[in-house]
Amino acid sequence: MTRAQLMGRLITLAARLVTGAQGHWEGAPPEALQRIYFANHQSHLDWILIWASLPEALRAQTRPIAAKDYWQSSRLKHWLTREVFNAIYVERDGAAAGGDALAPLVAALAAGDSLVIFPEGTRSLTGEVQRFRSGLFRLAQQFPQVQLIPAWIANVQRVMPKGEVLPVPVLCTVTYGAPLALREGEDKDAFAARARDAVLALRPAGA
Amino acid sequence: MWRDIYLSLARAEPAMQVGVLFVTLFGLLAVATVATLRVGLRDDLSPLGRAQLAQWRRDLSAAWLGAVVFWVAWISRPWGATLLFAVISFLALREFITLTPTRRSDHRTLALAFFVVLPAQYLLAAGQWFDLFSVFVPVYVFAALPIVSVLAGDAQQFLARNARIQWGIMVCVFGLSHASALLILDLPGFGGRGAFLVFFLVATTLAGHVGYVVVSQRPQRRPRGEGPPARGIDKRFSYTALGLGTALAALVGVLLGWITPFGWLQAALMAALAGASGIVGALIMQALKIEAGVRVWGNQPALTGAVGLLDRIAPLAFSAPLFFHTAYGYFRPAG
Repeated sequence: MTRAQLMGRLITLAARLVTGAQGHWEGAPPEALQRIYFANHQSHLDWILIWASLPEALRAQTRPIAAKDYWQSSRLKHWLTREVFNAIYVERDGAAAGGDALAPLVAALAAGDSLVIFPEGTRSLTGEVQRFRSGLFRLAQQFPQVQLIPAWIANVQRVMPKGEVLPVPVLCTVTYGAPLALREGEDKDAFAARARDAVLALRPAGA
Repeated sequence: MWRDIYLSLARAEPAMQVGVLFVTLFGLLAVATVATLRVGLRDDLSPLGRAQLAQWRRDLSAAWLGAVVFWVAWISRPWGATLLFAVISFLALREFITLTPTRRSDHRTLALAFFVVLPAQYLLAAGQWFDLFSVFVPVYVFAALPIVSVLAGDAQQFLARNARIQWGIMVCVFGLSHASALLILDLPGFGGRGAFLVFFLVATTLAGHVGYVVVSQRPQRRPRGEGPPARGIDKRFSYTALGLGTALAALVGVLLGWITPFGWLQAALMAALAGASGIVGALIMQALKIEAGVRVWGNQPALTGAVGLLDRIAPLAFSAPLFFHTAYGYFRPAG
């Protein structure tokens, strides 16, 4: 086992101990198909939870997106995201940098990898799900064969609220829904709203 | 012949006696498992029978798990046993907190509960500092939690939030830690046989629970009027079931009295105490579940993915401290 694999195991173990990191596959079984998982975003731990709730065999091919300026700013952060999570780096402000912000994602999908994205763009601190950005729509247009799986991450905001450093043990779940497909002639706003509804529909009662 | 076996066992070393206890326990479980397998092979089972068999299988595997935990705890006592019970406490408290509404400002209080109170309580148990062990949660933690909470500066539902967390600690940490303390408690003249006390406690609590369930589930005549108020919590509740469950626990206690330092009357009373507190403890957990809006602790596809651990340990969490303090108070080591 390499050092990165060991680190991955340790992170998964810690996530299980603190949160349970249970995945509930309600709409589709966990399969080694090419997929884009899209979920609500409330905490820095969201990615860890999705990753830990996936079967081990799917983890290596399922990649998160990391902001280049932050996650390459120290050797540890860079190593963690590159070697352990196999992250895709993007410029925080792609338009300003003069390039297409989605280009690295497109490249990863073209290479056959699966992605995890948070279409709200930023973390929601109120618990309400914000408007979805258009990136998911554009990826769906370019890769119609990739399954789009909505997911709801429950309870994670209780584990580590903003400004705290110590996580508190609370059981968390990731509920995966049925694949969503782009409809004929659907425009980007209609699709973004439908994708947001699909994520919200997975929200458990009382959470 | 039985008398000879009994007499030679009674004179044997404690380690030998405990060995016989575990061989008997695992033997009974093996017999039950084989019998269950044979029933499962029959093809004339009704769908209801199949469902009951599936439930029985789950209960049986929980019993196996419990027995293995018990055995591992025994051979690794005091530190391994303490660690094992501490982990169970951790999982139970995690389940409890998950289903309890807390606010962002409770974060540090919760961190204190999980990372300071829980380890400290089990350290006190492992070190056999039973005097501080007894008052640590009711006195010191009771004072510390609201202090941490008030420093967070959120007055919304202050009493309710603190009461919930204190309560969770009392049940999941304080209550359960007494089962591990019982395992390493050396009563005068009964040293090295703590496993028998835990076995006695679990067997009598279980007997009370089973007696209650069996009696309360038999077809009943429609009760006159409303029935006892507790029907709002468990619609099969009756005082007859509570009484008969307690009586069954007392009977099992008398039958098992010879493995404890208790005389037969003491054994009956201790068993009745364990049985009754276990039944009522399960009822209290039921009330809490209704308040939280769930049917089974954990294993709730909507919210959590745990195994419903609290359901399994609730009777024990209530009966263990009562049992421990009664035994400890009565047989308190001199000096």
